[in-house]
Amino acid sequence: MTEHDVKIYDSDKTKSLFIEEIKAVFQYKDMLGQLVKRDIVARYKRSSLGVLWTMLNPLGTMIILTVVFSRMFDMRGVYPAYIISGLIYWNFFAQSTTFSLNTTLRGSELFDRIYLPHTSFVISVILGGLINLMLSLVPMGLIFLVLKIQFHPPALLLPFAILLLAMFTLGFSLLVSTVAVFFPDVGEFFPVLLQAWLYLTPIIYPKALLQDVLNGLILKINPLYYFINVMQKLLYEGVFPTAIDWLIAIIIASAMLLIGWQVFTSKSRLFGYQ
Amino acid sequence: MSVTEPGKHTAVFLQDVSVAYRIPTERIGSIKEYAIKKVLGKVSHKHYYALNDINLTIDRGEIFGVIGRNGAGKSTLLKVISRVLYPTSGRVWVKGLVAPLLQLGAGFHPELTGYENVFLNGTLLGHTHKEIEEKIQDILAFSEIGDYINAPIRTYSSGMIARLGFSIATAWVPDILILDEVLSVGDAAFQAKCGDRMQELIKSEATVLLVTHASKLISELCSQAVLLDRGRIITTGTGVEVSKYYAELLEKAN
Repeated sequence: MTEHDVKIYDSDKTKSLFIEEIKAVFQYKDMLGQLVKRDIVARYKRSSLGVLWTMLNPLGTMIILTVVFSRMFDMRGVYPAYIISGLIYWNFFAQSTTFSLNTTLRGSELFDRIYLPHTSFVISVILGGLINLMLSLVPMGLIFLVLKIQFHPPALLLPFAILLLAMFTLGFSLLVSTVAVFFPDVGEFFPVLLQAWLYLTPIIYPKALLQDVLNGLILKINPLYYFINVMQKLLYEGVFPTAIDWLIAIIIASAMLLIGWQVFTSKSRLFGYQ
Repeated sequence: MSVTEPGKHTAVFLQDVSVAYRIPTERIGSIKEYAIKKVLGKVSHKHYYALNDINLTIDRGEIFGVIGRNGAGKSTLLKVISRVLYPTSGRVWVKGLVAPLLQLGAGFHPELTGYENVFLNGTLLGHTHKEIEEKIQDILAFSEIGDYINAPIRTYSSGMIARLGFSIATAWVPDILILDEVLSVGDAAFQAKCGDRMQELIKSEATVLLVTHASKLISELCSQAVLLDRGRIITTGTGVEVSKYYAELLEKAN
């Protein structure tokens, strides 16, 4: 190793932690790949149906919800398609945030011994979630096919919509994880919060149901709604979302990511003291 | 009394480093409780200094001993040097990659094969995929895992896990190697092999930090050493001097 390769760590240099962490994530990019691989491989190794479970799970939930609710909300036979597209989105968000929280709180075995960029672990959770989301698109496509619902050209914009959701989820995960490190109660309470959030988001029932409540205020203050809205228009209604729809989603996603990254990186030096 | 800047041959440089844990005098568990207490000005803490005003310079290539009783601050010192813990105050300056050799097998995933775990563990230690590919044959040969390398780690004995962990951790000559306590890995034959490799590392250009409460090791191996007690430096000097001082101190205490 030549002199120039040797990295110097100086705690006195007041560099921007926001930027330093981004650099560290790139420096440790091979570790990020290994972490994603570890989670995927480990999950599927021991079950005989393996990867199929990722596809069967949303199908199962869809069947249950359809049996229970389809008569309550008159959606003329397309209810299963509505449900499964919403569920896939929701599962990605709920599972990613929950896993991120657990990784940050309980990943301490390693964090106590070796320097590692902590954000890489949260990013790996989000990337793993994205892979699961892609796999879930297969059973969703099947349901659309069975119900003879056609995909329209707007559906091609789905990857971009998913990217926005992933940005939001990463930012939110970083924010919640930071708060949970300092307040363990938040970690305990989080599953309950998620439950409430699910029922306040138009996933199981049509959004018309919420539009009349408080002038649609519940929808307006729910950041997830804007991402679900874009997705439902692309896939289910087969129309292009308006420029405003996109703009709101882009602004919320970027703002959440910036805030989450800033809060997490500015506080991460104190994690070891908790 | 302390040097103000790290020199040309410095590997580790600590200046007025303190680590203070805030221990709340009462437990605050919820945000609501915290907010109320904060407003009322009732959030109170005691400070516990795990490290107190540490000034230390370790030169490159040195075998540096850290000795002290339990709770002296040895582990905290290592954490600060290996960047795991950010100091409450003071400056920590470290040149090069710090490789810890403690708790072998930390970071292994039980469901992955030994082979897969080599790559996972190697990247966690800060190496790239390419660097690991270059060393994989060495690692496999040294660990003596044989065909089991393609079996999941959960089927390994603790000795096999330790052997694999040791082989990965010592496959590269790091800039700074941290040895926490003496290693006993596997059977007698493997221990001898480990000993040889440790000697190689010690003779290499790597800076070695040896942490122990055995003063014999310090006087035998270390060119320089530091004695810590309750977060403070009691004395620094050659390995022989410091271990002698430590032995006298223990005698007095008894």
